[in-house]
Amino acid sequence: MKVLVSVKRVVDFNVKVRVKADGTGVETANVKMSMNPFDEIAIEEAVRLKEAGVATEILAVSCGPSACQETLRTALAIGADRAVLVESDAELQPLAVAKLMKAVCLKESPQLVIMGKQAIDDDSNQTGQMLAALLGWPQATFASKLKVANGRAEVTREVDGGLETVSVRLPAVVTTDLRLNEPRYVTLPNIMKAKKKSLEIVKPETLGVDVAPRLATLKVAEPSKRKAGVKLPDAKALVDKLRNEAKVI
Amino acid sequence: MEYAFLRFAHGETIDMLRATVRDFALKEIAPRAAEIDRANEFPADLWRKLGALGLLGITVEEEYGGTMMGYLAHIIAMEEISRASASVGLSYGAHSNLCVNQIRRNGGAAQKRKYLPKLVAGEHVGALAMSEPGAGSDVVGMRLRAERRGDRYILNGNKMWITNGPDAQVLVVYAKTDASAGPRGITALLVEKGMKGFSTAQKLDKLGMRGSNTCELVFRDCEVPAENVLGESGGGVNVLMSGLDYERAVLAGGPLGVMAACLDVVIPYVHERKQFGQPIGEFQLMQGKLADMYATFSACRAYVYAVGQGLDRGETTRKDAAGAILYSAEKATWMAGEAIQALGAMGYINDTPTGRLWRDAKLYEIGAGTSEIRRWLIGRELFSETS
Repeated sequence: MKVLVSVKRVVDFNVKVRVKADGTGVETANVKMSMNPFDEIAIEEAVRLKEAGVATEILAVSCGPSACQETLRTALAIGADRAVLVESDAELQPLAVAKLMKAVCLKESPQLVIMGKQAIDDDSNQTGQMLAALLGWPQATFASKLKVANGRAEVTREVDGGLETVSVRLPAVVTTDLRLNEPRYVTLPNIMKAKKKSLEIVKPETLGVDVAPRLATLKVAEPSKRKAGVKLPDAKALVDKLRNEAKVI
Repeated sequence: MEYAFLRFAHGETIDMLRATVRDFALKEIAPRAAEIDRANEFPADLWRKLGALGLLGITVEEEYGGTMMGYLAHIIAMEEISRASASVGLSYGAHSNLCVNQIRRNGGAAQKRKYLPKLVAGEHVGALAMSEPGAGSDVVGMRLRAERRGDRYILNGNKMWITNGPDAQVLVVYAKTDASAGPRGITALLVEKGMKGFSTAQKLDKLGMRGSNTCELVFRDCEVPAENVLGESGGGVNVLMSGLDYERAVLAGGPLGVMAACLDVVIPYVHERKQFGQPIGEFQLMQGKLADMYATFSACRAYVYAVGQGLDRGETTRKDAAGAILYSAEKATWMAGEAIQALGAMGYINDTPTGRLWRDAKLYEIGAGTSEIRRWLIGRELFSETS
């Protein structure tokens, strides 16, 4: 069974994100970039499926600028067999990525697509769902446990009320939650092996996908600073403030 | 918190190596650094983990379990481990460079097959023994005797200040096989823990680098098979001197790690600590301190990395190997002092790591040749090259 995993290059989770001076986005120049942590979990899960003899081949796919090759190389070092970069310097929104992924899926025919539930930069949480819809495949999102057998995937999801288990027919799209697994450390021998693995670069035009943004970002601003609190003499003053100032009661 | 350092264009492989070592060191080493220092206990369980990651054989061929990523890679691994715990870093350097790389460079095929795989996997801990109670900087004046008797050497004497000595299963030991031949009478030998007549004396109580154990080695009619000669009999001084060039370059990653650790402590602190109603990082004197620390650290990195890249190209220069560690070691001690100062009273108590960073940094001005010896060596080389 072939498993396709998507990986996104994002600002490292440990970086203090700063808004660009012109308010058009966040600063990414000279900032440490890493693989989206949810995608790391996705790759790890695929590698575990392969180690368990369920998956036979793992294909890692990234959409974005040339620097995403580094992220794909990391995916190869974790254990992906080969990689495809859909190279584009344009701003890629979830719908465009879902369309690109669809095109790759039609070409590669994976039985299972594992994606991070969201990327930590824009927190969209859309691409997996959109991809499933575009392909007409079942989807199982926020997986905290995944079992694949007999042409089906059994996925445990963390929902507000507890754990929900769904069973979907393959091929399907599964998105990962934080507790699905703990990714392994990339070992040095695997870094060296990754250098020899195939990394193919394709363009959106070759895949026949129009990646033009459908949404326009008007302004990006820092959250306003929290103001200092005030001490109130009694409950009456508090109720008064809640009613007349905050207008919540 | 991650902040942007000057990016050195070392390429994808080295970037990945740094990322994975940093990831491992942050999770597995850094949380234990204070306790390793306090208890002065070697974290033996880390060795197999370092081995599983592939960190113990960075300069070793694949057939012996290594990855052959080179010296720059080794320096960066050393830096990131030392950034989490300088004492783990020191033991790591002593194992993977002083012992492993010396066997790799000078050993015969049978010796490499016998010793390297277990050292590289972290099943064994390695050490190297050069100094003696009466022979430190004057290493050629060593007095450990190795007398050939049939198919073995009989060793008598002591070695002193041996990093990993209490924990090592395999040791590269330099001894005099011909007392009258001066430097040409030195031979390198592979000694195993448990060999008859070999023992270790009490572990030393050091100022810093606590948990990286150091002790004296005692040889009393210790029998070492003749096949354990590393390199040629009488050729030990070449093994020793050429090894020092690699040793100094790789160990220079240690001070780099300490300097990074200083910034790791100071940068968040100048945001958190408020005086006169503002974060102390807004005061220009503190900004000046940050600037000096950052610029010095970046300059040290540039020099050390350039020496590592030189080694990977097969160009060893004795004066630059010595220069890289001379400069970075002294700057690391200075920087740890600045880190203490930046934290004020908080920096002077043992609840913060700055005191440990200073105590650990100081070692690199003493081990692998003192600053004085390094200066002498660099100046002498420069003068003799031009005369």
